[in-house]
Amino acid sequence: MTQALWKVFITGLLGRRLASVLSLLAITLGVTLGLAVQIIHGAALEEFGRGMRLLAGEADLQVVGPRAGFDERVYLALAQRADVAAASPVVEIEARLPGREAGLRIHGVDLFRVARVLPLLMPAAEADEGRLIALEPDRVFLSAAAREALALGPGDTLGVQSGLREATLRVSGSVPGAAAGQVLAVMDIAGAQQVFDRVGVLTRVDLKLVAGARREDTMAELGRLLPPGVEVRLPAAGVAETSGLSRAYHVNLTMLAAIALLTGAFLVFSTQYLSVVRRGRELAFLRAMGMERHLVMRGLLLEGAVLGLLGGVLGIVLAHGLAAWAFSLVGGDLGAGYFAHVTPSARFMPGASLGYLVLGVAAGVAGAWLPASQAVARPPAQGLRAADERELLAARPRWGATLSCLVLALLACWPGPIGGIPLFGYVAVALVLAAAVLSLPGGVKWLAAPLGLSSAVLARLAWSRVTAAPGQVVVAGAGVVASVALAVSMAIMVGSFRDSVDDWLAKVLPSDLYVRASSSAASGFLDEEAVARVVATEGVAGVVPVRYDSLRMGDASLPVTLIARPTAGGEALPVVSQRKPSGGDLPLVWITEAMADLHRLGIGDPLALPIAGREVRFVVAGVTRDYARQHGAVIIELEDYRRLSGDRLTNDLGVTLLPGADVDLVAGRLREVLGERVVEISLPSQIRAISLEIFDRTFLVTYLMQAVAVLIGLFGISTTFAALATSRRKEFGMLRHLGLKRREIGRLLALEGGVTAAVGGVVGTVAGGAIALVLVEVINRQSFHWSMDLALPFGPILAFGLTLVVLAAAAARLSAAQAMRGSAVAAVREDW
Amino acid sequence: MGVSRLSIRGLGRAVVVSALLCLVLIGLPAVLADDRYPPVVPGKALVFPYDTGAHPDYRTEWWYITGWLRDAEGVERGFQVTFFRVRTLLGEDNPSRFAPSQLIFAHAAVADPARGRLLHGERVARALDPLAGAAVGRTRAWLDDWSLELDEAGHYLTEVHAEDFAFSLRFDPPTDPVLNGDEGWSQKAPDPANASYYYSRPQLAVSGTLELGGKAHTVSGHAWLDHEWSSEILPEGASGWDWIGVNLHDGGSLMAFQMRDHEHESMYNAGTLVTPGRSLQVLRPNEVRFEPRRGWVSPRSGIRYPVAWSVEAGGRRFEIEPLMDDQELDSRASTGAIYWEGAIRLLEDGFEVGQGYLEMTGYGERLRM
Repeated sequence: MTQALWKVFITGLLGRRLASVLSLLAITLGVTLGLAVQIIHGAALEEFGRGMRLLAGEADLQVVGPRAGFDERVYLALAQRADVAAASPVVEIEARLPGREAGLRIHGVDLFRVARVLPLLMPAAEADEGRLIALEPDRVFLSAAAREALALGPGDTLGVQSGLREATLRVSGSVPGAAAGQVLAVMDIAGAQQVFDRVGVLTRVDLKLVAGARREDTMAELGRLLPPGVEVRLPAAGVAETSGLSRAYHVNLTMLAAIALLTGAFLVFSTQYLSVVRRGRELAFLRAMGMERHLVMRGLLLEGAVLGLLGGVLGIVLAHGLAAWAFSLVGGDLGAGYFAHVTPSARFMPGASLGYLVLGVAAGVAGAWLPASQAVARPPAQGLRAADERELLAARPRWGATLSCLVLALLACWPGPIGGIPLFGYVAVALVLAAAVLSLPGGVKWLAAPLGLSSAVLARLAWSRVTAAPGQVVVAGAGVVASVALAVSMAIMVGSFRDSVDDWLAKVLPSDLYVRASSSAASGFLDEEAVARVVATEGVAGVVPVRYDSLRMGDASLPVTLIARPTAGGEALPVVSQRKPSGGDLPLVWITEAMADLHRLGIGDPLALPIAGREVRFVVAGVTRDYARQHGAVIIELEDYRRLSGDRLTNDLGVTLLPGADVDLVAGRLREVLGERVVEISLPSQIRAISLEIFDRTFLVTYLMQAVAVLIGLFGISTTFAALATSRRKEFGMLRHLGLKRREIGRLLALEGGVTAAVGGVVGTVAGGAIALVLVEVINRQSFHWSMDLALPFGPILAFGLTLVVLAAAAARLSAAQAMRGSAVAAVREDW
Repeated sequence: MGVSRLSIRGLGRAVVVSALLCLVLIGLPAVLADDRYPPVVPGKALVFPYDTGAHPDYRTEWWYITGWLRDAEGVERGFQVTFFRVRTLLGEDNPSRFAPSQLIFAHAAVADPARGRLLHGERVARALDPLAGAAVGRTRAWLDDWSLELDEAGHYLTEVHAEDFAFSLRFDPPTDPVLNGDEGWSQKAPDPANASYYYSRPQLAVSGTLELGGKAHTVSGHAWLDHEWSSEILPEGASGWDWIGVNLHDGGSLMAFQMRDHEHESMYNAGTLVTPGRSLQVLRPNEVRFEPRRGWVSPRSGIRYPVAWSVEAGGRRFEIEPLMDDQELDSRASTGAIYWEGAIRLLEDGFEVGQGYLEMTGYGERLRM
């Protein structure tokens, strides 16, 4: 029986190669994109996780604090505890390397202590070096990846920046325990503290507990004893922090892949539907000959499954290639910047591959389901009669179902995220798509109405065709609707996002010039003396110093960025909402939207921040927008921060110029005053350009996916029309008998194709708008916690729609050409 | 003398720590002579108890205790515990608490005939109060939960917690310190620049507990403490040394050593013999003579050690028999050193006249400077 099934059905696929190949390609695309995203993200996370594990070693617990570090006496207390077998102090430094683009993460370790807890971080000296070198303050040991990245070998020197000073370290050996992709350096802890001006400060203590000590007990006890802002965590938490950070990004990309897969399913649906229509008599004959209903059903589903399987296998191969290519091109986070310091490589992922293969087959089967069940539902007698495909294509309007879907979609926008992922938001997207497809049969009549008013013969013919057989539009247009909706929604979302980011940048970059010694996390900074030199520079009217740190809020959530800057009572901030605080002497804090969401804070709420090892109470004065820090940030007045922490350093310095001062001239003077190699001086326009460039790079993948999805939707129209044209040969023959020229029939088809694309495009655009709303207001809000102002790029969408209609018309015309080749007489006679 | 572990330092490519430990132990060769270390010169009077404390200006210093323990069942075992201090000259201007200017290294071993070989453990850290250090003014050296101190009552107390064993012992010195060499100035080689300040505390009465294989034994016995500090101890051209410290059953004590060159010929010998009722005998190079009697080849390293010796000291002729042959200490994997250090019996005319420790270094690879 299987053989019979194979003969009858699978060979049928070969009979319509183009359509089959296109369906297969659509599934391939979905699987490729989804799996590639999975591989890339998985490999990056794995590499990152390996790095974190390397940094956790055999540690049972890790004590971590703000980025600026915490008092090293915490280590002394920890090391003396009876339940601690070994404690390893670490001062971790993001070293800025003057004259180089990349920085370097340097681990300052006590090599006598690290050996028992983190042996993988042990430095190894070069053979010909002296014995004590690992203890010398200017010796640095590079992992293999770091040597390669920096193109440095033993004996070379490496310039590192501390504040505005440049110190020289000597490359003296390697870190043999570091895994292949780990870019890191190790030096002596005392040297690191001295060179980077961090004496008295640690950033981490790794603990190994004595046998028999319960981690949970020690954790709980340390949680009570450690100063505010210093936390104890399981080593795995570091990995979780990063995966949490990038998860939303990952999920969003995966959802886009899912939509591509859905488009693929629609295409399978189209081709299968048409194939069933065309083979109506063949199938009826099989039934009449005694083939049981479920066997026919199974055979038709098998066709879909084979398409899905082939597409899936091809997709798996392509996905691995794409991932490898993406790694070499943009890195493990597809340019989004989550995984610095790791250089992952693509490797085969059996689990994920199998999962996507199953999804591909499922898409094929799902696409074949409806046509198959319709085919077997018809009584064989009816099928054996000279079939009119119009019967099958006479779809009824389904306004009720459409409405229900929309209402459900609206409802799905209310619930919050589940585990940080806006699952219901994605449900809403799926429901909107379903509503769009369901509205097609009814929508066709409305949207094609202008054709009916035309007096031109071809227009009226086209009108009567699409209104009489709206199923044709549904079948041909479903893929278009899905891909257009995807493209339009992404265009609106990305456009809105970009505009909002642009506005925000303008708001947060009000000064004329910006001076920074290094990115906020790294080892460069300006001290008071350097700031004074800037103020004293000719042409400078004033400065706005900004200081950054990261705070741990004590509830195992991600670290929060602390921004200390002159706030002008909130005037200087990109405030979304703010209220004059009602009395009280508490200092004010402005929080970002992410902070408000993640920590459930509102204006007027009290907020205790651990600053310099003490809890300090603030009151929330306002909520600000921040597209840079997804895990939340708090902004406090610089004077408050300096008073509380005693830290008077500056990371970023905004410089306002005197009226009439020449920007380039002043920038040149500042470079001279501060040292060319140790500061970056940028114009706001440059920062803005770079930020938007990064933004665009991040969304490059989504643009690519849109383009491919739309292309496939167009192919869908083309294959559908090719298939329809074949099955409508006798209709065309009749029209030719009635005097229509072959060219005119071509135009008729082009018109129908255009109308189909237009209907699909209009419905898809409306659906895309709705999906964009869901993306902006629900999905982004819940994944990334930032709001944006909706911007509708009307021009591009209109241009896109018109292009689509023209292309669809051309595709329909071309693909139908073959069908019209035969003689009119033969065509008409065929079924008589 | 008790500076062992120096030996093989042929580990150029090895992990830094190991290289370091070797360095620490070797007492830094003459090549590295540095005038920032005070020279060790004769004529400096040692003052007690002040000089039982650390002398951080000098390059190397150690407190080295060896001895015999007897448990309630009468089983005899050897033990050893050593605290080293090394001044590295690194980071002395660094305000960081972690500045590695002084390193502390601790080493301990137990020789249990029932096991047939040594158990040992070691720790190393930079001096960093309160985790590790060596105090000035009175003996107190500590490294995490390992410690050695001289309390106000004049007892030495030590705590050691190694992987395979632990001990907590008290040592009661019956006599004043014995000054070796010229009133505590001990020459190590023909060149008087190679010298140390060196006193011994023989005949220490031991009491305490020894944990072995999860079982605690109440133990008693006798021990020997060496305290020695120097800036330049090992002469150029030396391959290693043989050293003994023996508590004589008559209440006296014998310390003797020979420094060997690369041909295993003696470069310099010296010793101290204390006989009750007689004044202390400082043994000059011609008064000490080591002669190997029996060799033992380590099945692990293939190194041949002369585990039994004839020793002439101060006109008396002794024979050395080990508690067991296999007291090789192979820590090449961690410290890179391999040597023999173990409990011995001292015989005279075929009768046991004392028990103590023998240390033999430099029998494996040639000592590299």
